[in-house]
Amino acid sequence: MNQDFQRQVPELAAAAVPRWYDRIHIDPILVGLLILVVLFGLTVLRSAVDGDDALFMAQANRFGLAFLVMVIMAQVPPNLYMRWAPMLYLICLILLALTFFFGAEVKGSRRWLDVPHLLRFQPSELIKIVVPMSVAWYLHQRILPPSAKHVLISLLIILVPAIVIGQQPDLGTGILVVAAGLSVLMFAGLHWRWVFYAMLLAVLTTPIVWQYVLTGYQKQRILTLFDPEGDPLGAGWNIIQSTTAIGSGGLFGKGLFQGSQSYLDFLPEARTDFIVAVMGEELGFFGIFALLALYLLIIARCLFLAADASSTFGRLLAGALTMTFFVYLFVNIAMVSGLLPVVGVPLPLVSYGGTSAITLMAGFGIIMSMRSHKAW
Amino acid sequence: MAVELAIKDQKQEKKLFVARAIVLFVLTLLLMGVLVARLIKLQVYDHATYKNRSDENRLQVQTLAPPRGMIFDRQGTILADNQNSPLLAVVPDRIEDMDASLALVLELLELPPNAREGFQRRLEARNRPGTPVVLLDSLTAEQVAVLAVNRHRLKGIEVINRLVRHYPLKSVAAHAVGSVRRPTVADLRELPTVQYSATEFIGKRGVEAFYEPELHGEVGYQKVEKDAHGRIREALEVKEPEAGKNIKLHLDARLQAASVAALAGRRGAIVALEPATGGVLSLVSEPSYDPNLFVSGMNTAEFRALSESIYTPLFNRAISGQYAPGSTFKPLVGLSGIALGNTTWEEEIEDRGEFRLPGQERVYRDWSWTRDDTGGQGIVDLRRAIYRSSNVYFYDLASRMEIEAFIEFVSQFGLGSNFALDLPQAAQGLLPNPDWKRENKDLPWYPGDSVNLGIGQGDLLATPMQMATVAAIIANRGRIVEPQMLMQVGNYPPAERSEPRYIEGLTGADWDLVVSAMEDVVHRGGQGYRNNGTAWAYIGQNLEYRMAGKSGTAQVVEIYQGEEYDEEQLSELNRKHAWFIAFAPVEDPKIAVAVLVENGGGGSSVAAPVAREVIDAYLNPQFLEQASR
Repeated sequence: MNQDFQRQVPELAAAAVPRWYDRIHIDPILVGLLILVVLFGLTVLRSAVDGDDALFMAQANRFGLAFLVMVIMAQVPPNLYMRWAPMLYLICLILLALTFFFGAEVKGSRRWLDVPHLLRFQPSELIKIVVPMSVAWYLHQRILPPSAKHVLISLLIILVPAIVIGQQPDLGTGILVVAAGLSVLMFAGLHWRWVFYAMLLAVLTTPIVWQYVLTGYQKQRILTLFDPEGDPLGAGWNIIQSTTAIGSGGLFGKGLFQGSQSYLDFLPEARTDFIVAVMGEELGFFGIFALLALYLLIIARCLFLAADASSTFGRLLAGALTMTFFVYLFVNIAMVSGLLPVVGVPLPLVSYGGTSAITLMAGFGIIMSMRSHKAW
Repeated sequence: MAVELAIKDQKQEKKLFVARAIVLFVLTLLLMGVLVARLIKLQVYDHATYKNRSDENRLQVQTLAPPRGMIFDRQGTILADNQNSPLLAVVPDRIEDMDASLALVLELLELPPNAREGFQRRLEARNRPGTPVVLLDSLTAEQVAVLAVNRHRLKGIEVINRLVRHYPLKSVAAHAVGSVRRPTVADLRELPTVQYSATEFIGKRGVEAFYEPELHGEVGYQKVEKDAHGRIREALEVKEPEAGKNIKLHLDARLQAASVAALAGRRGAIVALEPATGGVLSLVSEPSYDPNLFVSGMNTAEFRALSESIYTPLFNRAISGQYAPGSTFKPLVGLSGIALGNTTWEEEIEDRGEFRLPGQERVYRDWSWTRDDTGGQGIVDLRRAIYRSSNVYFYDLASRMEIEAFIEFVSQFGLGSNFALDLPQAAQGLLPNPDWKRENKDLPWYPGDSVNLGIGQGDLLATPMQMATVAAIIANRGRIVEPQMLMQVGNYPPAERSEPRYIEGLTGADWDLVVSAMEDVVHRGGQGYRNNGTAWAYIGQNLEYRMAGKSGTAQVVEIYQGEEYDEEQLSELNRKHAWFIAFAPVEDPKIAVAVLVENGGGGSSVAAPVAREVIDAYLNPQFLEQASR
């Protein structure tokens, strides 16, 4: 950087001397916020697992691992991510195909790839990162805002894996993959006119989708949203229970470990997808509000880091990962509070379960990498 | 691409990104606002409604438990049904002074003071919120009357009528039918949440556990309006629960009772099968327990008495007890020798009461060996070896067989595995082979191991269920059967099983000969002690039908002096087990039986009469007439 310019702007001179956290490519503000959310989440989980210390410790350890993954991902320089993006995309497609044909069936859907004694993972988790990475890689080399041709190719990159995942069936992950890919396009400056047309098209095709695309089971879930008591023992059960739990919490909640609705049987999936209900019952409106505020600060910080990234690829990818995080939490909370149909999306950094925590933290690692590695 | 890159405007793109980021952040804020609005609606505006739902009513929709399916025996006798039973329950949230309320209950019902501990334990156990906690499971008519009179003093305490499981045969069929229990916290995690939300008892043992999905039924619900005290004011909409399916077992209640009577209080097990179908006609394990106790509840002392008795009444010997089969195994050794070509029906050996492996010192003796060396069965062929139960013949034959092939052949009869279709908890026994010995004892297979195996000793273990299966397969002349409790679900028999399978390597003549040799065990008599069948003197006289059988006397794994047992118990527990397997009538077998009397002594003298009593009961014309009805 130009010496004279530095002398004129003292803050930049100071920034030129890298701090220890810059050297390991870590953003202390973001990490601090993440730690707050994780601690908050573990406290609520402690109540939701109800004395099952083994489960609680398992989750705490998982977060330890997730933070390690984040730090490692932050060390990888952005150009490496970009160079590997197309290759990773192909690998993911192959893994998805393998899952489709040879995957282990759990609760009626094939999501897991099982290598006996070695590992067991969901390729669809990897895709949540690889799809925005690939779209960002593609658009990085084009003039932005993208032309119609490039938009169509980007859509192809997004939809091929998303449709396969939808067939597993794993609607939740499918939605997240599409959201991740589309947000790259949004950040790349997709013309508002086209966005408007797409929305119009979506509205107009709703009856067709309802008639020919959705299965009876999916329709049931949507109908339940409007009348949960119509099928109180089936699809409506979760919504009745979770809204009752949240509603009964009031402004301040019943206090940690005091929730009765979230006991054993009433609230299904209390420690996984429906943990917000436990939070709402025990910590009340202010509890969830505090969590939402933390989430918002994380999003704001990530968008700032994204804007500060040194390449188009970095900005697009970091921005998209941030929006994926938002979609995660929005879909989950909206679902548990009865605004959206039930799809299997966990509450980021809070729900019990390891895969999503690791994917999310890997994402934050990548965001920090995009901003921290300047010279390339 | 290169062209495009060349004219890319980095600054412009960054500006574009920042603009978009601001727009999307605003969108994020708006959507967060939607969430907050929703939360305010739920937690502030509708808070009272939901709080009411959660506190007073807990559920506006109340689930209704389905009545559990009944269990019948083959003639339609009830083995398990549901009875209306008044119970005393308390809703903790509605009681102001729990101590005073409990004291009042104790006083009114004139209960001993220690009953209070039981109440306390139930109150502290994990209970579903808002649902009544059961304090006393079955109230007498007098108790109900006393409580009704004092109802005004008992706010929050209720007498509730509900259906509970009832086993009319009590301890007689406990091990055959199984029992229900209250689910544990671990069970509740496994069970489908909604289906079991109102269910109080789940099948935990035996048929009750295996056919839980059929017996449970479909949960129903009612939407109710409650008053401020939580009492139901009006049921707005009711969907009746769907009762579980009734099931019918092959079991014959009368034969079951006759089997228990035949054991006459001795410890042991009886399994009777219908050879044609593999249906379990009776399944007895003694001592037994009254399964109703698990429903009505018992105190700690009662439960401890059951669970800690050295005679283990809760242990199902018939399917889980593993014993050396002793001489009842010999027919299989013989058949194996024929199938593998190691012997023929004609081959004879001389049995002088003892056997030595070539070049070894150790002497293996016949059961008839005496100190003055007068034992032994003389010249024996396979037939005589079976009806005289010659040890030496089978020592010799087993020592000459290739061990892997021998074990392979024997395994076709279900030893070392569980053939039963609906008794997953049945033990597999132990069919040892060289691989097993190397893995578990870190020793090679010695010729002596084969010799011991020849008389059903050594490491070999089998359950009464497995030996009854062996008897049924021989009765079928080699057609393999798989034992099954279930006869019908609802009005339908269970799905047809695969093609019939047969024991390989034997001809029809071989089967006729082995059956005939086993017939001699029972019927060959009046020829002098050394020429009679081993069981003839005990059961073979004045038999109205033809029975084939084989006795066994199994060595017991020695129990040494320990704190748990006194001397008398020790000598009792070290006595040999008595076995008898049998089937009848020989020409068209209707029943195959295995009897085990723990520490009973001789198979022929102790177990054979039990087997005869069981078969007599089943083949008795009067009994059959009733059965056909």
